[in-house]
Amino acid sequence: MPNIHPLVIFFASIFTSNMVFSNFLGMCSFISVSKEIPTAAGLGIAVTFVLSITTVLNYLVYHYIMVPFGLEYLQYIVFILVIAAFVQLLEMIMERYMEQLYYALGIFLPLITVNCAILGVSLFMVIRNYTFMQSLFFGVGSGLGWLLAILSMAGIRSRIKEANLPAGLRGPGITLIITGIMAMAFIGFSGIVQIS
Amino acid sequence: METILITVAVITVIAAILALLLSLADKYIADYGDVELTINANEPLTVSAGNSLLSTLRDEKIFIPSACGGKGTCGYCKVKVLEGGGPILATEKSLVTAEEAANGVRLSCQLKVKNNIHIEIPEELFNVREFEAEVIGDDHVTKTIKRMRFKLPADLDFNFKPGQYVQLKAPPYEGSDEEVYRAYSIASSAGDHGHLELLIGYTGGIATTYVHQHLKQGDTVDINGPYGDFYYQDGDSDILLVAAGTGMAPIISILHHMRDNNIQRKARFFFGAKTPDDLFMTDELKQFEKDLYDFKYLPTLSRVTDDMAWDGDRGRVNVSIEKYVEDGGNYTAYLCGSPQMIDSIVESLHQKHIPDEAIFFDKF
Repeated sequence: MPNIHPLVIFFASIFTSNMVFSNFLGMCSFISVSKEIPTAAGLGIAVTFVLSITTVLNYLVYHYIMVPFGLEYLQYIVFILVIAAFVQLLEMIMERYMEQLYYALGIFLPLITVNCAILGVSLFMVIRNYTFMQSLFFGVGSGLGWLLAILSMAGIRSRIKEANLPAGLRGPGITLIITGIMAMAFIGFSGIVQIS
Repeated sequence: METILITVAVITVIAAILALLLSLADKYIADYGDVELTINANEPLTVSAGNSLLSTLRDEKIFIPSACGGKGTCGYCKVKVLEGGGPILATEKSLVTAEEAANGVRLSCQLKVKNNIHIEIPEELFNVREFEAEVIGDDHVTKTIKRMRFKLPADLDFNFKPGQYVQLKAPPYEGSDEEVYRAYSIASSAGDHGHLELLIGYTGGIATTYVHQHLKQGDTVDINGPYGDFYYQDGDSDILLVAAGTGMAPIISILHHMRDNNIQRKARFFFGAKTPDDLFMTDELKQFEKDLYDFKYLPTLSRVTDDMAWDGDRGRVNVSIEKYVEDGGNYTAYLCGSPQMIDSIVESLHQKHIPDEAIFFDKF
């Protein structure tokens, strides 16, 4: 169990160990949904919400059900099961109470289920032996980090929409190049604190 | 052994808790209560909200054609939504053109009914029925085409126009785990209310494999219909009927209709096939020649060789049209076959100065 204050983990998971820029997780929806700021913000908030809750749920399931029965090897299956069920639940809630956002996210909402960042955070939590509080701050921080990443990318993409780019680079091509440049920029934060 | 049991038990308990949670959410969060569904400005129906428009209409016994069973891939289930449909969804955009979307056309399988909704559908869809039919005949008329005869439920009020089609449901079977609907033209008489006949050619697809390899006499199958705007039109013009393969089905139905109603119009049926083995129902067609006012069956074979017993016409159907159809005559044409065949026949009919308004076709 690392002796790091949960707030340090929270800060690090947003900036120095950002899921997108340092681990390159959740790239599929990051590239697909980062065209417009409002949609990107919606997906980012949904990912943050799902990440925060599923990390806590997976922590409880792992430590209170799987460890006592010696079933740690089932973590992949169980974590995926919990995430899938929770995203279904979120979809129902959004469809009912946040209709605008539900329509704006469209088919990307179910895709949160297969967003690697969500599973990645739960697995990192186990590998790094985090406590409950550390996991909670790690989950929320990673979600906010992912939100920051997709919002920054959507901001940049909305500015370069009219840019005279070579045809082959438009869309995902330039997005990946920008992601690489942003990842390098985020390395600048890594001197502040390291959690992995 | 103990580890296996514990593993299974734990996974089962976790999955059960999650399933229970989702079921409760479905019951309480996804419960949209009752809403009003107005169809063609008729008296509104009260329906429970939360389901797709396609299944809501199905619950009301109004059947919209849907070959893919509501997966949003066939694009058949389009309806015009005048009010209460919400914004068009990403899953509809590939099948609904911008012009259709501007006119309120939506895919009923994707649109969820959550508010009061007002839609417009063709009146004839009110005649569509869904029923279980029993197979009472399954003869091979060629090596690859089966003539399926079904007995309809005694209390069913099923009416169709000669030329229309039904959808047959192929349930999951060994080798196919999905349920699919496929469209087949009706080959029987519209006057025979107790039975239905379909001509189903084997293509190796899910539904044709089901019919040819699994469905047998005594089995029941789900059918819904009738659908389609390809059907016999009243009038006094001469009639040209053109088909190939199982495209013969609606033509046979039209001929039944002409015989049942003693319609006195000149009719010529050009049937295109490859070899003599591909010709079928010849006896029935010869009988129609005797029974109808002025009807001739004119098959033409495209791949006949000198060693085959054949003294009829040779070549493609276009050649027969060139030979038998008089230029500028007063004709109404009914064509049923592959898109390529129909396009080429339409071209030949245009050369005979038969206008588009007099040409009806069913491409499959």
